[in-house]
Amino acid sequence: MIGKPISRVDGPEKVTGQAKYAAEFNVPDLTYGVVVSSTITKGTITRIDTTKALALEGVLEVFTHKNRPKTAWFDMSYKDQDSPPGSPFRPLHDDQVKYNGQPIALVVADTFEVARYAATLIEVDYDAEPCETDLLKHLHEARDPESGVANVFKPLPPKPRGNSAAAYANAPVSMSARYIHGMQHHNPMEMFATTVEYGRNGKLTIYDKTQGATNSQLYVTQAFNLSFDQVRVVSPYVGGGFGSGLRPQYQLFLAVMAARALKRSVRVSLTRQQMWSFGHRPATVQNIRLAADSDGKLAAVEHEAIAETSQFEDYTETVVNWTGKLYDCPNSTLSYKLKSLDMYSPLDMRAPGGVTGVHAIECAIDELAYKAGIDPLDFRFKNYSEKDWTEKDKPYSSKELRACFTQGAERFGWSNRTPEPRSMRRGHTLIGWGMATGIWDASQVPARAEAVLTVNGKLRVSSATADIGTGTYTIMTQIAAELLGMPLENVIFRLGDTDMPLAPIQGGSWTAATVGSAVKVTCEALAKKLFKLARKMPGSPLAGADFDDVFFASSHIRLRRDPSLSVSLQAIVDQNGGRAISETGTSLPNVLKQKDYSRSAHAAAFVEVEVDEDFGTVVVTRAVSAVAAGRILNPKTARSQIIGGMVWGISSALQEESIMDHRYGRYMNHNLAEYHIPVCADVRDLDVIFVEEVDDIVNPLGVKGVGEVGLVAMPAAIANAVFHATGKRIHDLPIQLDKLL
Amino acid sequence: MNPFAYSRPSSLADTVDELAGSSRSRIIAGGTNLIDLMKENVERPAQLIDINRLPFSTIDELPDGGLRLGALVTNADTAYHPLVEQRYPLLSQTILAGASPQLRNMATNGGNLFQRTRCYYFYDTSMPCNKRAATNNGPGGCAAYGGYNRIHAILGTTDDTNGQSSCVATYPSDMAVALTALEAVVQVTGPNGDRSIPMADFHRLPGAEPWRDNTTQPGEVVTAIDLPVRGFPDHYTYIKVRDRSSYAFALVSVAVGLEMDGDVVRDARIALGGVAHKPWRKSEAEQLLAGKTLSPETIRPVADALLAGARGYGHNDFKIELAHRAIVRAVLKSGLADNTQE
Ligand SMILES: Cc1cc2nc3c(=O)[nH]c(=O)nc-3n(C[C@H](O)[C@H](O)[C@H](O)COP(=O)(O)OP(=O)(O)OC[C@H]3O[C@@H](n4cnc5c(N)ncnc54)[C@H](O)[C@@H]3O)c2cc1C
Ligand code: SF4
Repeated sequence: MIGKPISRVDGPEKVTGQAKYAAEFNVPDLTYGVVVSSTITKGTITRIDTTKALALEGVLEVFTHKNRPKTAWFDMSYKDQDSPPGSPFRPLHDDQVKYNGQPIALVVADTFEVARYAATLIEVDYDAEPCETDLLKHLHEARDPESGVANVFKPLPPKPRGNSAAAYANAPVSMSARYIHGMQHHNPMEMFATTVEYGRNGKLTIYDKTQGATNSQLYVTQAFNLSFDQVRVVSPYVGGGFGSGLRPQYQLFLAVMAARALKRSVRVSLTRQQMWSFGHRPATVQNIRLAADSDGKLAAVEHEAIAETSQFEDYTETVVNWTGKLYDCPNSTLSYKLKSLDMYSPLDMRAPGGVTGVHAIECAIDELAYKAGIDPLDFRFKNYSEKDWTEKDKPYSSKELRACFTQGAERFGWSNRTPEPRSMRRGHTLIGWGMATGIWDASQVPARAEAVLTVNGKLRVSSATADIGTGTYTIMTQIAAELLGMPLENVIFRLGDTDMPLAPIQGGSWTAATVGSAVKVTCEALAKKLFKLARKMPGSPLAGADFDDVFFASSHIRLRRDPSLSVSLQAIVDQNGGRAISETGTSLPNVLKQKDYSRSAHAAAFVEVEVDEDFGTVVVTRAVSAVAAGRILNPKTARSQIIGGMVWGISSALQEESIMDHRYGRYMNHNLAEYHIPVCADVRDLDVIFVEEVDDIVNPLGVKGVGEVGLVAMPAAIANAVFHATGKRIHDLPIQLDKLL
Repeated sequence: MNPFAYSRPSSLADTVDELAGSSRSRIIAGGTNLIDLMKENVERPAQLIDINRLPFSTIDELPDGGLRLGALVTNADTAYHPLVEQRYPLLSQTILAGASPQLRNMATNGGNLFQRTRCYYFYDTSMPCNKRAATNNGPGGCAAYGGYNRIHAILGTTDDTNGQSSCVATYPSDMAVALTALEAVVQVTGPNGDRSIPMADFHRLPGAEPWRDNTTQPGEVVTAIDLPVRGFPDHYTYIKVRDRSSYAFALVSVAVGLEMDGDVVRDARIALGGVAHKPWRKSEAEQLLAGKTLSPETIRPVADALLAGARGYGHNDFKIELAHRAIVRAVLKSGLADNTQE
């Protein structure tokens, strides 16, 4: 029933410029803050001279560690919903520089231009210390991560089972390789910005770029010791997030600090260069050893990951557990370690850990399949896992990965592939076909929603969630409209405001399941309430009916046995003395039902590449992703999510990397001219298949989320295709042309 | 961004006067490079002289049969001009390999000649850079020399060990590579009158003064670029090897124009981009092709000669081999009757 491919309901607002982003809320008497960033990586600020900046007309104040207002003293007050274990970074806290690009001053002026100019006049002297930022130089110092609440959703590896070393040594077929991933930065189109409106009695209305208005509110109340009713956070539109907005970023802190000190409204926007001054996808090194017996059954699996983190927090991601979920091998050792370096804490970035770990294991599986002389797809069928040993051998709540393999291969034409590397070519161009598996969590967390039937018969539903471009507005409108039998244009869904019912940060691909379930229970409760009122109306045709005897259609409650007997929703509100009718609801994951199952979405990607034999340039000419993600609420927005993920897969595999000069600990390609992501000409023929998957365990809607799973399989499928084209296994991403020369 | 004065002179004479008046005044044409540099604080002009009212926005035929490209004609209008497409398809193809449609709609031919290097360290005022330090903006030295230099030069660099004048930057233009192959001539007007600078002499190697990109003198304005009669419309190719299909600067590029007698090369022009502080051309190398039929064997010595003395700095070592292969491919392709095929 739900599942129409409708276009985004927020589309017209976005393309006509009506949609407002954090830096676009114009409040009266606004002042402008510009951040000064450190140019060293580690050391002490010995002098910071703001005289010249302060002398400029229009400059109101320059905040540094020396004159900043008092904020919470205890570092735990700076924790947010997504904080890893450790001590969160505190902006302008003291004279210590912990990473390159750290905010060290905030200039506030009457105009943005004056603030920006003043920022260039601030003189800083440092006592710089040597810094360490290069993970590859410190692998031997890797250690176990500190675990914390973050690991509920991002589990650390299970204990080894069997004896992988012995099995590896004795198996007839084996492979081993090291895979290296560099750093990446999210770079959504909208840069981070906060506009703080300073209201009466110091009440703050904060327009923030965030993936969780409630998270920003929590952070501000704690860091500044304010009560919840003094802080409202509003974030109706987000110009892309990819995880960067899961934690409150420092512009929020600085804007609130300045607004409170000056008792003025303040806006702080970061520059594109400053988008490299907080969280990133961490550099990760992985070692894999695999072995199989003579008929291609996996005999040993060893997968080790070493990732970087900051000196102050233990950011972790799930990198190696995917291997255990996809391959149920009796002799498996999975391990994950960290090394602290002089950088900001890494931050979840679309399919964190999944895109890293699955790339490595799926390339390794391809290599082992080749060594065993088995088609890579057949090899995966042979080693298909029916249960998840990383979660105590639980079965999957649903797993239509086989159908992904079959339907994807069929659409792609996999059976026409000639297995030998370099066996397909056109002129200077080598053609390669590769495939890989993708997997991502299907999570659900608690959330609340409110549904109101307004006096003019419209339905208004709200929840303090976010829409980072994923289509939340659209699918929630669809769910609500469907449940109350109303046309879409009479249903308004609102989000991104802490005055609305509580919802968690938008991440982990859980929003459709989480907020969708809250909208479902809330609208169902409202439906029952409306039915009760309708029944009591004078002369009601529904008087003797039970709730099961009616259905909601074309804005009426109708009797099943004779749909012409009905009461219109408008009549119900009219009868209610002209008052709106509302209901709030909470959805909690059904833990009793979920606890015996491992819950994941799956995908298979099939990719064709063309490699220029002389120049090493790689183009992904076509790709098919087959996805099993439960019920698809809206095939159009879901397809867009998968396509977006596939494009990012091309980016990760072939182009994207933040380059750090480790002599300085500074990112060098910190702009979008030099930080390469695919342009339209790099994105050719991308095809998406959603396979049927019914799952009544994951959540009441049976949805698994599609925000991340479309990305996970792509880098390995591309790397495997490059091998098929060239005979070269390139284990370091991105596969730029010089690696293939 | 610093405060600056802004003027929009309506005559060339006023422009030259204003420009010569202060070492901190800058011409602004399309602004696609200058504004970026100002935002990053690399350029801090005291005055911007907007030349968009000057009469350099046309493409005109020259009496000798050549073509004059006004300095203010946009890259897009130049590439799609019927006479350029007909007589100088190499130039059209080359311009269209650069930047993006939006940028080419703004970027002017004059501005393209003056665009500055994309060296990461040059763009970051906290990094040591001899090219920038000369304007009293940031520390001296050359961070790229021992740093991340994947996009840097392999020919004609200055890499003295004390680093006082080292510079391994490239001049990033595509258009200028074709102009060099075509032996275009740049028309300049300055405080001392008009002069003509052949493309080969317009840009310079860093030498001991890496802060000087070209040979123009203070106060000089480019008014036009003249294309000589010979445009190699029958046998030409521009190959640009880059990290993505569009909107990326060349790692290595090659512009080739050939004149053929049947299968035999009569005359060849080969210019390289992305490898040096200026478009790289060597007539000795080109002469090796004269009288030859085209094959990888006859072209390889030409590539060797063009790349003689090339050296890498670590991350850019691959450019030497890549340039070699690109030269061979581009010359072979130019020789084909229909060079849209490979
Ligand atoms: C993201 C990005 C990607 C790009 N990719 C490419 C690419 O792939 N290939 C490529 O070739 N280029 C590329 N470009 C560069 C682009 O071609 C240049 O920025 C453009 O040609 C400059 O022209 P403009 O008119 O905008 O110059 P401006 O920015 O207006 O000026 C640039 C400089 O030239 C001086 N100047 C301008 N006109 C004159 C004149 N008539 N006489 C004397 N001095 C003058 C100015 O004072 C200034 O110093 C790219 C640019 C960007 C921003
Ligand atoms: S290569 Fe040239 S431009 Fe780059 S840092 Fe060195 S001196 Fe500066």
